[in-house]
Amino acid sequence: MRLNVNSEIAYTHLITRKKQTIIAALGVTVGIGIFIFMISLVVGFNRYSDEALFKAEPHLRIYQDDTLSRPLIPQIKPDYTTVIINPKIANLSNTLINPEKIIADLKKQDGVVTVTPQVSVNLFYNNGISQINGVASGVNIMDANAMFNIQSTMLAGDVRNLLSTSNGILIGVGIAEKLNIQLYDNINITSSIGVVKMMKVEGIFKTSNSNIDLTKSYINLAMSQQLMKKSSSYLTDILVNIKDPNEAPKFSKQLQNSTIYKVEDWQAANEQSMSNKKTRQVMFGSISLAILLVAAFGIYNIINMTIKEKLNDIAILKATGFSGKDVINIFLKESLIMGIIGTSFGLLMASGLIKFVSGIYIGGDREYFPIGFEPQIFLIGAILGVLITLGAGYIPAIGAAKIDPIEIFRK
Amino acid sequence: MEKKVILQTKKIGKYFYQPVKFKALDDVSFEVFDSEFITMIGKSGSGKSTLLYILSTMDTDYEGELFIGGEKITGQKSDRLAAIRNKNIGFVFQFHYLLPEFTCLKNVMIPALKMGKYTKQEIEEQAYQKLELLGIKDQALKQASKLSGGQQQRVAIARALINHPKIIMCDEPTGNLDSKNTSIVLETFHQLSKEFGQTIIAVTHDNDFAEASNRIIELADGKLIHNT
Repeated sequence: MRLNVNSEIAYTHLITRKKQTIIAALGVTVGIGIFIFMISLVVGFNRYSDEALFKAEPHLRIYQDDTLSRPLIPQIKPDYTTVIINPKIANLSNTLINPEKIIADLKKQDGVVTVTPQVSVNLFYNNGISQINGVASGVNIMDANAMFNIQSTMLAGDVRNLLSTSNGILIGVGIAEKLNIQLYDNINITSSIGVVKMMKVEGIFKTSNSNIDLTKSYINLAMSQQLMKKSSSYLTDILVNIKDPNEAPKFSKQLQNSTIYKVEDWQAANEQSMSNKKTRQVMFGSISLAILLVAAFGIYNIINMTIKEKLNDIAILKATGFSGKDVINIFLKESLIMGIIGTSFGLLMASGLIKFVSGIYIGGDREYFPIGFEPQIFLIGAILGVLITLGAGYIPAIGAAKIDPIEIFRK
Repeated sequence: MEKKVILQTKKIGKYFYQPVKFKALDDVSFEVFDSEFITMIGKSGSGKSTLLYILSTMDTDYEGELFIGGEKITGQKSDRLAAIRNKNIGFVFQFHYLLPEFTCLKNVMIPALKMGKYTKQEIEEQAYQKLELLGIKDQALKQASKLSGGQQQRVAIARALINHPKIIMCDEPTGNLDSKNTSIVLETFHQLSKEFGQTIIAVTHDNDFAEASNRIIELADGKLIHNT
C-alpha cells in the first residue's frame, strides 16, 4: 500500500487553518460564481436578442443585388484612353430567374432547415386620410411561420386564416393602432407601382421591435405578385434558415460561389447589433476575468502566508528526505483542495443567482429575464476555477521548493 | 576486527561570500566508521556546523568529495539526495523542529511514510517502539507543540530513528536541554551505537557531552586540528 504522506500534510495544514482555508475558498466561490453568472447573462441576452432578430429576419437572404452599368469599352490599362461614363443602376428587374431550381437546390443542402420565397412590396396602408408607408412580405404563410414563428407574436387572429383568405393580411400592432383598425376590419393598401387593393385583417402581431410593428405586414405570395403586376414566377428574395445560425457567414460564402445572386447572412445584415454583441462579450468577459484574478490573488496570498509561516516545517521536511517536488506537491494540493471547494460552491452560487435573476419580471414579449443554465459555461467556469487556483498556488510553491533548509537551521 | 567506513570526506573546502569572501572549511578529510559515536567540537565560527550540513547532503556547494556508505554523494541531483537523506540519515536539531500541527506519533511516522516501504500499520507500530525506547510512549497522541522541550527533543530523536538510518546527525542536540534530559539523550546515543550499530555524528559545544563520545573531531578556523 502506497500512502500519500504529501496529501496528509496538505490536508492537516488546511484543517488546522480552517479560517484561512475558508476565506481563500470563499474568494474562489465569489469569483467563479460571478464569472459564470455574468457569462450566462451575456449568453442569455445574446440568445434572446438573436431570437428577437430571427422573428423578423432569416439566417440568410438571397436576392438580386443592384448592378451598375459598365462602360462599353473597358479600360484595359491605366494609360489607355478613358471613356467617361455615368454609371447607373442597370437592373432590368429585381426578380430571381428560375427560383424553383434555386429553392430545390437549397433544400437539398445539408444543414438547411427552412427555405421560403418572398416578394417584398413597398406600399402604403390607408384608412381614410391616414396613411402609413411600409413593407409587405408576400410569403407562403406556413413556411414563413416555420421560419419566424409569427404565430407566437400574434396578439389577435391566426396565421392560418391567410391560407383561406386570398386577400388576408397580417399587420403589425403599430399600424393597427395608428390607423385605428381592428381584427377582421378592411384595410386599403397601395403598392409602389400604384396598384390598390382592399385587404382583410386576419391577424395583428407584436414583435419586440416597434419599428417593425409600424411598417411590416404579411400577405399571400400571389397577392404580392398582383400588387407588383407580375407573374407567379416573380420573386424578390429567397429566405433560408439553417441549423446553426452562427454558421451563416460560412454558409453564405459557400452559397455565393454557386449563384449569381447576392447572398447575405444575418450577421452582415445586422452589423450594428453584431458589434453591440461583441462589445458586451468583451466588457462582461473582462470584468468577470478580473474578478477571477482577484480570487486567484486570494489563493496566492494564503499559500504564500502558509509558506512564510511554515519555513521551519519545510526545512525539516526537506531534511528528512522530502524533495523540492514533494514540497511543490504539498502546496499545490492545498491550493487544489481550496480551489475545488471554492469552485464547487461557486457553481452553486452561480446556479442560485441565475435561478433568482431568471425569475425577475422585466415585461416585454420575453416577460422574464433572459438567462438560463448553460452547462457549457458551468464547465468552463469549473475548469477555469481549478486551473487558476492551481496557477496561484504554483508560484509560491516553487518558492517553497527552493527554500534552503540550511539557511533556516542556521538562524 | 576491521572497521567499516560509513562516511568519508576528501579535502572538503567551503567558501562563504557574504559579507566578504571567507574560507569556512579548508581541506577537511576524515573517516567515520560504522557504529561510532563521534562529536565535532570547536569554537563558534570554527566551521563545525557548516561541515555537518555538508555531511548531511543538504549543502551541495563545496569543494572536495563526500562518500556515504561507499556511494559518492558529491554531484548527485537534489531529488536523489533527498532520497538518500530519507533512507540513510536521521537528523536531530538544537531546536526541535517538529511539525506543530501533528501528533508526536505522526511526527515520528512522517519520514517513514515518505519512504513508503512499510504499511501504515507497520510504521505506526515502529513509531510506538521508538517512542517507547525514548520513554515518551505515553505522549504519542499529544500534539507536538504541547510537549516540553526535553520531550520534544526525544520525539525528534525518535523521528530520526524511524527509518533505521545508518547515520544520525545532530546539531547541538543538548544545546537547549537541562542536565537530566542531556544525560537521557547521551544514554540513548550510546545505546543506539552499541545495540543498534548506528553511527552518530554530533556537533556540540558541551565538553562533557563530547568527552562521553567515542571520538572527538575538533575544528578551528575551518581546519581539522584534532581527530582522536
